[in-house]
Amino acid sequence: MPEMNEQAEAQVTGGGTETTETAAAVHGADGNFHKTDANGNKHIIVDPITRIEGHLRIEAVIDSNNRIIDAFSSSTMFRGIETIVKGRDPRDVGLMTMRICGVCTGTHYQRSIEAVEDAFDITIPKNARLVRNLIQGALYAHDHLVHFYHLHALDFVDIVSSTKADPEATAKEAQKWADVAGHKPSISGVAEFKAVQDRIIKFVKEGRLGIFGNGYWGNKSYQLTPEQNLIGVAHYLKALDIQRDMAKMQAILGGKNPHPQSLVVGGVTCVQDIQNPARLALFKQLLVDTNDFVKGAYLPDIYMAGTAYAKEATDADQSFHATNHKGTLGKGVGGAGGGILSYMTYGDFRLDDTGFYSAETFFKRGVVLDGDISKVIELDEAKITEDVTHSWFEGTGAPEHPYDGTTIPKYTGLEKKDDGYAYLKTDEKYSWIKSPLYDGRKVEVGPLARIVVGYVAGDERTKKYAGNFLKRSGLPLTVLFSTVGRTAARAIETEMICDAMVEWIDELAKNAASGDLSTWTDFDFDTVAADSKGRGMAEAPRGALGHWIRIKEGKVENFQAIVPSTWNAGPRGPNGEIGAYEGSLIGTIVANPEEPLEIIRTIHSFDPCIACAVHVVDTKGKELAVYKVDPTCAF
Amino acid sequence: MSIDKEESVKKLFTAESAKVDTNKGDAYYDELYASCQKRIEELRELEPLNNRMDFMESVEEQGLERRDFLKWASATTAMLMLPASFTPLVAEAAVLMNRVPVIWVELSDCAGNSEALLRSDGPQIDEIVLDIISLEFHETLQAASGHQAEKQMDEAMEHFKGKYLLFVEGAVPLGLNGQYGTIGAKGETFVDHLHRAAKGAAAVVAVGSCATFGGIPAAAPNPTDAVGVMDVIKGKPIINIPACPANPSNMVGVILHFVLTGTIPELDSLLRPKFAFGYRIHDNCERRAHFDAGEYVEEWGDEGAKNNFCLYKVGCKGPMTFNNCSIIRYNEGVNWPIGVGRGCIGCSEPDFWDKYAYERPMANANIKAPTGGVEKTVDEFGLGLLTAAGIGIGIHAAASAIAGKKEDEGEA
Repeated sequence: MPEMNEQAEAQVTGGGTETTETAAAVHGADGNFHKTDANGNKHIIVDPITRIEGHLRIEAVIDSNNRIIDAFSSSTMFRGIETIVKGRDPRDVGLMTMRICGVCTGTHYQRSIEAVEDAFDITIPKNARLVRNLIQGALYAHDHLVHFYHLHALDFVDIVSSTKADPEATAKEAQKWADVAGHKPSISGVAEFKAVQDRIIKFVKEGRLGIFGNGYWGNKSYQLTPEQNLIGVAHYLKALDIQRDMAKMQAILGGKNPHPQSLVVGGVTCVQDIQNPARLALFKQLLVDTNDFVKGAYLPDIYMAGTAYAKEATDADQSFHATNHKGTLGKGVGGAGGGILSYMTYGDFRLDDTGFYSAETFFKRGVVLDGDISKVIELDEAKITEDVTHSWFEGTGAPEHPYDGTTIPKYTGLEKKDDGYAYLKTDEKYSWIKSPLYDGRKVEVGPLARIVVGYVAGDERTKKYAGNFLKRSGLPLTVLFSTVGRTAARAIETEMICDAMVEWIDELAKNAASGDLSTWTDFDFDTVAADSKGRGMAEAPRGALGHWIRIKEGKVENFQAIVPSTWNAGPRGPNGEIGAYEGSLIGTIVANPEEPLEIIRTIHSFDPCIACAVHVVDTKGKELAVYKVDPTCAF
Repeated sequence: MSIDKEESVKKLFTAESAKVDTNKGDAYYDELYASCQKRIEELRELEPLNNRMDFMESVEEQGLERRDFLKWASATTAMLMLPASFTPLVAEAAVLMNRVPVIWVELSDCAGNSEALLRSDGPQIDEIVLDIISLEFHETLQAASGHQAEKQMDEAMEHFKGKYLLFVEGAVPLGLNGQYGTIGAKGETFVDHLHRAAKGAAAVVAVGSCATFGGIPAAAPNPTDAVGVMDVIKGKPIINIPACPANPSNMVGVILHFVLTGTIPELDSLLRPKFAFGYRIHDNCERRAHFDAGEYVEEWGDEGAKNNFCLYKVGCKGPMTFNNCSIIRYNEGVNWPIGVGRGCIGCSEPDFWDKYAYERPMANANIKAPTGGVEKTVDEFGLGLLTAAGIGIGIHAAASAIAGKKEDEGEA
């Protein structure tokens, strides 16, 4: 290894203990935990949670055995986009709500447009459905890949350790995990790994690590070998290239990424891209390259990390249900980060042209409660409510249906201590996120929910891909109920989507070649927009996403969104119900309370999107429109 | 649209006055060249701030041919609106880019500009992160969280005091004493966070529509009293790179210009670099010939749409919008909103959510007032816009005049 300066040397060679000491010396009493209660429990604040979209704070209580015994999740930012779209032309709402999030960009766009189409009773042409599926599919794949490598991988991969790897052994290791996945490795050459390693060594040698600075390098909860870490780093860098291509796929049919622009109420605008075989061929080529990376790097890395982190992933002692008496299962299911074991999906990707809520869908719709994987409960949209007991809003005292929702801000602030630190008032209100409930229960949404619901519902495709993963990894089904399982579920569905997109792009090319260039369904705006309402309920990469809209005299009368991270990141419910983020942290043992690595690893496994999760507000304290549920309506 | 109206629109949008003069004459460029040379000499004398390897070395290691690199430098020179003779200087500036540390903070944002940065292809993002600029703090990409992240930022601000470029993504909410956004264990408000970060910055770069002009949070009725960076930070050079999201080429262009000249690029009255925002979308539009020929898409998916006709009648705001999208496009040039048949929503202009982002032409759209309140017709708006400073002022005024010609809405 080339000579390094002192600081870098310490970082590179420092084992867990040394690093801990360094950290303590540097941070001293001014570390992550700021108060200790009468029982000796440490109360720590992690703010900002980085490598996410948006602004999130986690506070955790850690006992003397370094076990997290309580946790609180709070969003610390909001913008009020739902208020802003009120009074506008419903045809323009999609562009605005897309700006809820620049990461799952395009998802909110499509959901809003579908809500309006539902209100107007429009069925879009086949080309438009396929284009939307392809843009959305590329988004899922892009989002999942960027999430894993650039927002999540550093929770598993120790960059600094990779400098100690033997490139030859690394190539062998990469081949090994590619074999497990049954695909050609994305990077296989010794020289390639050596080049990456040299680049990292030089970078580390420079002394300042930039965005990799002050990371948790050397923390004892890192489980990969130096060679495995080098594989992770090499793929991190290659994924930066691949994600540009994946974004390009969205741009071919969407105009640009982030924030594509080709969807309109009634269909899509990219007719000249559809009728140009060269454009579709380029899309397909980029998809093939993406698929090679997904199968030759992403999945092998998941097998590798899943195996290395299997111990905590299957350690029932660290599961939420082992420590929480409200659970009905008790010990034995899931491991660290598993959380509340109740799941909900709305379903997504229409596979035929029979209409919004009648078409067969690629992802299934349903609810699984308390880890009871014997049945899927049929989703009843009327059972969706939101509560504000612990959110910075005034409420009526009972959970409210989104159509009945009132949104009156009531910011009660943080509790400032003399040392300047500010804590959440967790007994009162402590987040800008509302607390949504299904049938009075907290549920988790996202890739894991989709895999669980699809699997339990007996969906052949889900069973094939998830079954394949479990068989090849040799891991038990229960490994899915953990931080690692959530991360694996995301990879499993990425492969599912990428394979399906090959079918969709061929279908689109064939349909266009047959002479069908219809991309838009006409409607008489003045008639349909006189008085109507609709909902766009499907999935986003992060989970179930619903937009509800009411239209009167051509204007948006009310708009509400309940987004995936609202479900997952929301604070306690009215009776102390614990949500997915908070529940998944409880029970976890941290290696070093000074370094919140296990906390961010688990929180990142949800792929937080906090700008999305923040609900509507009106500073003037005005009550937003109140609606009654119409029981005869579909919703 | 009646014939006379079409004629007037055509006349307006082809008028000489709508074009920005990009040629400043030999004397100007000779002087600039000399000062850039001096600047580069000075930079070369400096040790890299953080002891990074030379860019060229890393370029070669990555297997990028010198020829390719010079090709990129030449394209970038053109993008910066400099004569071709500046190409060697731009190449040298790129080599010295690692002298400029960048701190990137996120306020009321959607991370769309961070994502856009990830799509950068010249240079590519891994080069940016590892080799080229010295990206010291970036919440979306950064390894450390919590206390360690705060420490990283504090150290970078201290170490590079007076030297770093501060990139700001997201609007600044001022309502509720700034408490619509807080960051860090001490619950610092976004506005305080911004002040603290800007204090030691050499210049502040507001990136994206929200940081520049308030963007979506500031759209009517602006529930959180959100504003752009320039409404908060005073006494610092500020560069606005609007658009939703900003084009990564323009982000890199600004950094490069700073290295090259030691100054911020020439700005328009909205503090936008002229090299990027001196172009009107409409003047360089690939569908321009159809506009001139009076061939329009009348409704989505019609025969006009299949033939790439002009999108003006379905709401394209290219004539009102200044940006270089029609030249450099997005995602490695693969497409752009007009290319995809949707049209421009004016996202690099102030208040575009309230003024431009709808799928009808201005003349027959009712618009929600930026300040809330009663809806106005475009005629009334046009008068208001006249008082707004800005490079597009002639356009707005004329658009209003055209609207005024609508028979059923009375005289102009």
